[in-house]
This record gives sequence, C-alpha cells and structure tokens, in this order.
Amino acid sequence: MAKVKSLADLKKIKDEVQSKMKLRENSEQPEKMVQVKVAMATCGIASGAKETMNYMIEEFDHQSIEAVVTQTGCMGYCYAEPTIEVTLPGKEPVVFGHVDKKKAQEVIETYVKKGELIDGVIPVNYKTIDE
Amino acid sequence: MADYKMHMLVCGGTGCRASESKKIRQNLDASIQANGLEDSVQVVETGCFGFCEKGPVVKILPDNTFYVQVRPEDADQIVAEHIVKGRQVKHLLYEDPTKQEVIADSKDMGFYKKQVRIALRNCGFIDPENIDEYISRDGYAALATCLGDMTPEQVIDTMKESGLRGRGGGGFPTGLKWQFTRNSVSEQKYVVCNADEGDPGAFMDRSILEGDPHSVLEAMAICGYAIGADTGLIYIRAEYPLAIDRLKVAIKQAREIGLLGNDIMGTGFNFDVELRYGAGAFVCGEETALIHSMEGLRGEPTFKPPFPAVEGYLKKPTNVNNVETLANVPVIINKGAEWFASIGTDKSKGTKVFALAGKINNVGLIEVPMGTTLREVIFDIGGGIKDGKKFKAVQTGGPSGGCLTEEHLDTPIDFDNLLSVGSMMGSGGMIVMDEDDCMVSVAKFYLEFTLDESCGKCTPCRIGNKRLYEILDKITQGKGTKEDLDRLRMLGNVIKDTSLCGLGQTSPNPILSTLDNFYDEYLAHVEDGRCPAGQCKALLQYKIIDDKCTGCTLCFRQCPVAAISGERKSPHFIDQSLCIKCGVCYEKCKFDAIEIV
Ligand SMILES: Cc1cc2nc3c(=O)[nH]c(=O)nc-3n(C[C@H](O)[C@H](O)[C@H](O)COP(=O)(O)O)c2cc1C
Repeated sequence: MAKVKSLADLKKIKDEVQSKMKLRENSEQPEKMVQVKVAMATCGIASGAKETMNYMIEEFDHQSIEAVVTQTGCMGYCYAEPTIEVTLPGKEPVVFGHVDKKKAQEVIETYVKKGELIDGVIPVNYKTIDE
Repeated sequence: MADYKMHMLVCGGTGCRASESKKIRQNLDASIQANGLEDSVQVVETGCFGFCEKGPVVKILPDNTFYVQVRPEDADQIVAEHIVKGRQVKHLLYEDPTKQEVIADSKDMGFYKKQVRIALRNCGFIDPENIDEYISRDGYAALATCLGDMTPEQVIDTMKESGLRGRGGGGFPTGLKWQFTRNSVSEQKYVVCNADEGDPGAFMDRSILEGDPHSVLEAMAICGYAIGADTGLIYIRAEYPLAIDRLKVAIKQAREIGLLGNDIMGTGFNFDVELRYGAGAFVCGEETALIHSMEGLRGEPTFKPPFPAVEGYLKKPTNVNNVETLANVPVIINKGAEWFASIGTDKSKGTKVFALAGKINNVGLIEVPMGTTLREVIFDIGGGIKDGKKFKAVQTGGPSGGCLTEEHLDTPIDFDNLLSVGSMMGSGGMIVMDEDDCMVSVAKFYLEFTLDESCGKCTPCRIGNKRLYEILDKITQGKGTKEDLDRLRMLGNVIKDTSLCGLGQTSPNPILSTLDNFYDEYLAHVEDGRCPAGQCKALLQYKIIDDKCTGCTLCFRQCPVAAISGERKSPHFIDQSLCIKCGVCYEKCKFDAIEIV
C-alpha cells in the first residue's frame, strides 16, 4: 500500500472515502442541510415512493446538493401518494403530493434550488408531537 | 464503489458483543444479501454507543433510527421492514422510561442531548478496524500538522494553552507534563499510554480503545514528537481482549501506510508503538508501579520524585498519559487550543467521559462538558433513578473518591469543585445510589476493594486499611460504638498522610466522605443498632404483623431454614434465633404482613 507522505495524501484518502462517509456525517447534523422525508408506508410504496426516493438521492448526489433523504411512515395523505416532506435549512417543512420522478425533479430545481414554491403543496394538517 | 443509501451501525463494544452483537451483524449482512441490497446498504461494526443499558444497539442512517435490545433473530425483520418497506420496527424502538413515550430518533433522546463528544467523537460512528474511516474524520491530520508545520515547542505550547488536564485521576496539566519530559535530556525517551483502568465499574478507556484506537496512536506519536521520543508503549490489562485486538489491527494499518514506523510522512521522525500487558491489578495503574510492571518487576509503586518525566521506564524519561487524555490531543491540534479552552469551566477545560452505573435508568458511557452539574448528568442524561426510587448519593472518583448527596447535585462537575466538596473526579466512574443503599456498606465495599488491591509495600496502607475494614465490619454487624466512628476518622487521616502512593493516600476517602455526609446513618448503626436503609442483615429483624397475617402458610413453606411456625388461618411467628434474614418471606407475602424493623 502507498505510504502517506503529507497532509495532501491524507486528504486524498479522505476524499476517496468521502462518498461512503458523507451519509454518516450528514445525518449528524440534518438541520444544516436539505431534509427530505419520503412517506414509505404500503400506499406510498405501491405508488412508487421507492423510485422517487432513489431518484432524489441520486439527483442530490449528482448535483452536489447537501441533503439527507430518509424514509418515514404514512403521513396521512394517501390520496396524494407518493408524498414527500421537504425542509430547507431554517425553513418550515413543506409537503408535496403526487411526487413522481418528474415532480421530484421540479421540486429540486424550483423549490430546493431557488426556494420558489410549486403546485402540489399539501397544506400541513398536523403537528408532530415534538412541536 | 458501492453507492450506499443507508448505513446500519451495529455496536461492537464489549458489552453489546456479550449480547451477541456479532451475530446480529452477521444476520444483518446475510439478510441484506438475501434481499440483494448489498450495494445500497452498508453494515458497519462500530465502537460503543454509550447506551449500554439497552444494548445491543443498532442505529440506522440517515434517519438516525435507534434500535435497542436487538436480538440476532430481529435482523430479518429490521431489513424487511425498515430497509425494504421503510417502516420502523416499533417494538425495537427505545421507550423513555420517565415519559413513557417511544423515541425513534437518537437525536431526541435525553441521553444524547446534553452530551458533547470530543474523546468519544468517533465511538459508535466509525469502523474502528478501518483506518480510512478514521482518516475521513481528519484522523492523522493533527500528526501531519505537527510534523509539517509546528516545532515541538509549539505543540507543547498548544497543549498548555488548551488547558487539558490528565483524565487518569490526578488532573495534572498535560502540556506541563510534556514540557518536563521534553526538558529531561536523554538519548532515549518513552511515551506510555496508561490503559490499566482499574477502577471498579469503569470502562471509559476500554471503550475509546475499542471504538477509536487510532486516536490514541496518533496522540502518542504527537507526544513523541513533542518530547523527543521514538517509542510508545501501551500498558493494557489482559482482561481487555477486544481492545487489544483492535489496537493490534490499528497499529498494523498505521504501519502499512507509514503513519507509524521510520521516517513518518517523509519528515525523518520515527515513532512506533508496542503493547505491554498487565494482569489487572489496580495499583499497576499508578504510574510508577505501572513502569515497574513493564520492566518485569513487581507492580509496586516507588516514591516520587524522581517523577517518570525524569526517570521512568528503564530509568529513561517517560511521559505517562491516560487513554482519554490522549484521545483529546488530535482534536486540540486540529481545532486549536482556543476552541478547546472555550469548553468547560475556569480551571477544567474540555469534556469528561463518565461511566454511569448503579441505580440509574440509563446505565452507560457519556461525555459532557466540564461544568455540567451532577443533576443534569443523573437526571437528564441518566434518566433519573430506577423504579421511581429516591436519589440518595452519587459516588465519584472510584475507590479514591467520595459520596456526594442531594445538596451537591447542583455542583458543576470539574476537578476543583469535586475536591472541594470532599470527592474527586478520578477517572470517571459515577455510581448512583438510591434510598435502599446503606452508606456504611458502600464504604465497606470500597475498602474491601482497596484491601484486596493494596500491594502491601507500605505499612499504613497494608495494615491501616485492614483495621479500617475491621471497624466498618463491626459497625455493620451492630457491634460498633461511637468511639469507633472517631477512630475511623483518625486512622483514615493517618493513612492518607503517611501512605507511599496514591492508593493509600486516597483509600480512606469513601469512609471520610460518608462520615461527613451521612453521619446520622453511622450513628443509627452504632447507637440504635439500626440500619436505616435495611441493608445490614445483622441489624434487621423480619416480623409478622399479626393483624395483617391471614395464616396462608406461604412464608412458612418458603422459609429455607424453617424459622417460621404457626397454624393455618392464624398469625405466624418468626423465630429470630433461626432467621437468616434472607428476605424470602418478605418478598413472597401477598398481604404485606411482614415488616422489617
Ligand atoms: C492507585 C492508583 C491507580 C491508578 N490507576 C490509573 C488507571 O487505571 N489509569 C490511569 O490512566 N491512571 C491511573 N492512575 C493515575 C496515574 O498514576 C497517572 O497519574 C496517570 O496515568 C497520568 O496520566 P494523565 O496525566 O493523562 O491523567 C492511578 C493512580 C493511582 C494512585
């Protein structure tokens, strides 16, 4: 194995494992990045939530957007599955309905990157217990 | 490389391993494979998460779902439900015992909220057997900075400015110690890591070595550079096999990529680390005894001075530091002395790791900023007293420390505050006691330990502690007198003043502090022949309350020594001369008809 000769060499190793460790680092401080929760109960999965989730993870990665994509249980909007909840740093969560790949792309391009709302926002009709 | 979308962190600390965490890991791996998910889910075995109370622990990222008391057979369900379907496995989630609500996200657990992790920064986060993961957390960057951009004096100055004090018990300023060893002129010097960890119930150092061995190796190399040493020795007890294995792996990996060995990073600096095994004697944690043990001599202390910094291992200048002390070093170099000094109190900087134990809901390993109060540690992080009982005392500092009471709960924890209230920081054991604990028995327990562990070299410790123990034993037997209490105090102070090493100089502390803080309880033993906590068997009597006894004969049948007599349907009677005070009748009675007096 090549010997480490400098700080730069260490940095190289660090960069190489970065992709593997990034997910762990990001989950330490989710509040500082874009957080996306994908509703993945039976109804969500049946309407393609899994594909939406994978697409979003790949797209964030692709565009180097710091984001944490997690799955969550049923959010109660079964009529609008797949649903996702997006929280931009320092903002209130926003829930989008009927998020297929195309919609997911729109969410990323318009809401995540520019902060502009798009159609399909579901008014939040619940408070979570920790609020 | 596989593009993992989820990580499953499985605790591989000694505690969780003892509850089959290795099997859990294997089963998770198998299940991930069976579902064809090996490219998107990574299973990692990490060091201790600290939440030992509810181990084995499995944490799922990125959602931080925290599964507790996981069994190997749960692996399939976790994969099938959580990973494949995205549903949390409810029955494995943690339930907060005080609020009785389920908490899925570890970030929301009281246990983690007040913690600041510096020494434990990588424990439960990285795979300790993978040097790349350590490097990805800025591992070895501090060593590179020291070798590349700093003079040894600058390194020492940084340590001094940080205010770091030794975590092995003494609290001696680390930068100053390094300075002394640097000032000693010699061709050969040594860096020794004290991983003896002899305090009963303590497992801070073990967890650091198991969870993040490279942090200690890196710090030893930095210390070597600062003081002018090329050899590091880790003195570790043979009872820590997992820590030893992980250290061996870490040393091998560091050598392979040239972070230990000759000409490190092309700077001409040589440094290598070897392991030395101890047989698990408390006194061998004392630095001079430790050095003698490494030299192949009896593990007995010698008088200081000369200090090891002047004359240590093989008579060469030797810098001895504790594991946790060292684990702080790389972070201080990376983030700066000022950053470190901004955490903690006036004279105690940074954080301290504690092993929480005793009658507390969240037994485990925690790290808090200096200045956190005992109350915050016990009630917010520790989740309060078990079974809704009342807090009575907290013991800090192990066999050298003391017992503190309710009135000390708002004391901010640091080296000087704990000393001023009659205890000490020690290495970080913290044992919580409730109303059922007898303080005389607690003092006796610690003394029994020091008695066992005293090396016998000096008279005050060898004989004095024995006499102290005999007096305590007499008191718990109900044969003590008030004069005995004065004798305890006087003898204790003599032992403190005249013993050769820190063992004897501190061994009377558990007695002296309980005498100070729980004098009434001692008095009850010697004057009224009563143990208020109901622990000293010789002072107890089990009695049957005639009005409540239905004559069901249950106690009569359960009594192992046939001390209970009586007719069916009429009140029973306990013959005190036969009773061995086992308490079976008291536990079994369905009518609360037996009282302890
Ligand atoms: C009886 C006795 C036992 C000790 N046991 C330990 C121990 O297990 N681990 C430890 O690091 N220091 C222990 N010490 C303290 C060491 O003598 C020494 O002060 C310490 O290793 C120095 O490192 P530090 O400055 O980093 O704390 C013990 C001291 C005494 C008197």
